[in-house]
Amino acid sequence: MTNTSHSNHSSNATQSSGIRGFLAGLSSLDRRWIFLGVALAVGIPILLKLSLPEVPGPMARATFNAIEKIPSGSRVLLAFDYDPASQGELQPMANALVHHCASRGHNIVFMALWPLGKQLADKTIKDVLKEFHPEYVEGTNYVQLGFKTGNEGVIKLMTTAITEQYPNDASGAALTDIPLMSGVNKLSEFKLIGTISAGYPGAKEWVQYADGASPEAFTLVAGSTGVQVSQLLPYYPKQLEGLLVAVKGAAEYEMLVTEKYPVARHQGRLEEGRRRMGPQLVAHLLVIGLIVLGNVAMIAARGAKGGAR
Amino acid sequence: MSVTMNTPTSGNRLLWISLMVFGMVGLSLNAFARKDGMAHGYVEVKEVERVQVTVVQSAGAGAASADAELKWVAPTDPKIASGEYTRVAGVAPRAWTVESLVPAKEAAMMMTARDAGDLTVERVEPSAINTFGIWIAAFLTLGIFSFLYRDNPWYKVAESVLIGVSAAYWMINAFWSTLVPNLFGALAPTLVRAVASPDLPVSSSPNSDFWLAVVPLILGFMLLWRLAPKGGWISIWPIAFIIGTTAGLKLVSGIEADLMAQAVATMQPLVVLNPADSATATASSFSFSAISFWGSIGSVVSVVGVLSVLTYFFFSLEHKGAVGKTARVGVWFLMITFGSAFGLTVMGRITLLAQRFEFLFTDWLNIG
Repeated sequence: MTNTSHSNHSSNATQSSGIRGFLAGLSSLDRRWIFLGVALAVGIPILLKLSLPEVPGPMARATFNAIEKIPSGSRVLLAFDYDPASQGELQPMANALVHHCASRGHNIVFMALWPLGKQLADKTIKDVLKEFHPEYVEGTNYVQLGFKTGNEGVIKLMTTAITEQYPNDASGAALTDIPLMSGVNKLSEFKLIGTISAGYPGAKEWVQYADGASPEAFTLVAGSTGVQVSQLLPYYPKQLEGLLVAVKGAAEYEMLVTEKYPVARHQGRLEEGRRRMGPQLVAHLLVIGLIVLGNVAMIAARGAKGGAR
Repeated sequence: MSVTMNTPTSGNRLLWISLMVFGMVGLSLNAFARKDGMAHGYVEVKEVERVQVTVVQSAGAGAASADAELKWVAPTDPKIASGEYTRVAGVAPRAWTVESLVPAKEAAMMMTARDAGDLTVERVEPSAINTFGIWIAAFLTLGIFSFLYRDNPWYKVAESVLIGVSAAYWMINAFWSTLVPNLFGALAPTLVRAVASPDLPVSSSPNSDFWLAVVPLILGFMLLWRLAPKGGWISIWPIAFIIGTTAGLKLVSGIEADLMAQAVATMQPLVVLNPADSATATASSFSFSAISFWGSIGSVVSVVGVLSVLTYFFFSLEHKGAVGKTARVGVWFLMITFGSAFGLTVMGRITLLAQRFEFLFTDWLNIG
């Protein structure tokens, strides 16, 4: 009996020291193992094409409804206020937004407050507008105004005189000669303004200078990177009628758009957001697991120190 | 708990070297054992043709046939058929090709479709320069990732290229998008149009533009004066101008959009009705089922959050008693906000990593 009890104690002690040893080992873990873990957590779901169904949240629905509710054929302004560094998060939104506007028959005016935004708008025109809506004619159904330097000054001037800021479109044609821009000289003459924004200048400046100048004139919606979105959340839903929050918002919005307006080929161009949610899930689970494990190790280390005293 | 980045021990080093060798063997197998196992860039080739036309002057526009506007348009432009444009006789059409990058998988599908006789699909061709571009992008991406193992010359090369290209890009961008159109274009429009920017818009008031450009030119020189050994104080004046105009611009919008509109957005009913019921609700027809439970909770949390955080930042009273407790609640709200912002940042960073992996797997290794 004594022997058995001793053996149980010894086995428990070995087990306990094994767990303690593991937890103590964690405190000196080489961080490269964590990098490798994150790489696998992101890489494997991409290779396995792990994709999850998205349930659209209220902000993605609000963005979708804002574009749905304006009359077909309305003039909308889309500002590409980002560059390739944020393409992973924002390009899926841009693709879905342009496809949605074109599917509703809205006339689209593209512009950019970021120098490389113009190139990304061109890419979206080529990959989405010309691919899925070949009936769209430049000058009549869409216009590319391009990039203009001046940050919020550009928005401020556009509230009263678009042609002073943009006398020509990106191809050099005078704005007054473009049918879609005929008689348009103020932001308030657009039904909807959408900004896809990675920082300054971006959605915050559109709220401050465009919506602030004429709050009732048009609907303002935004898509934002995760880093920036906490600055924008206070504006929703009064000043920003719709807000797409990082890649999650993009995935939800893609879901809503492609459910109503499916495409026959190159569907992948409207699934980028959803495709990136699989790696998100696994990587987030890993991060949460590591945070929990780290805290357990810390508590165990404190306990061990207390016991030693 | 401290996570370390130790210099690898011999056992550890062996493990990492094994992993790298395993990766290299995998890459080599993929490259040589699979058809299209490594990056090939493809381009979509489009034929473009333009013809020169004259814009037909409408009656009463003046007999300015000598100044008639010339344009290059597509031969299929509907304005040629409608008579708004007239082809210029004796000027040969100009034709060229435009190439744009296509992902390998789409290129394969497009080539299959064209081979099957679908001529509506654009022509796709392999492109040596884009293949080279993909390899350079993969080399630099892996170079940046290599820092995760330890600092090394490959990472340094990638980092230096990034910094150099970014600095050069911003300098050139500022020159061509700000100085050329806004300053030089206003000071010497004819010269700029002739040598630098043919599409510079024609101003209706060149004289006033000239004098309006002289002011920033002088301010610009004054700003650069701080680089001179003497008279650095001269740069204070343009700095004061910049601060003054920026403050003026931001003050109004800040008060309107961030103070007034936000205050109004916070003044909301604590009991929120369901949207369908709120339109028809009257005092006599009110029922508890019309209340939106989560809407009301959100409203209360929002108001409590604003008031408690404002109390935390209110330093005219000592944070003791009721004020201290309210401020403590404010701290909790702040912590939750920071946590949520951190979570969103993590989400953003993982997306960027996923996008680079997609590039490596799909465009470079062709295994995605």
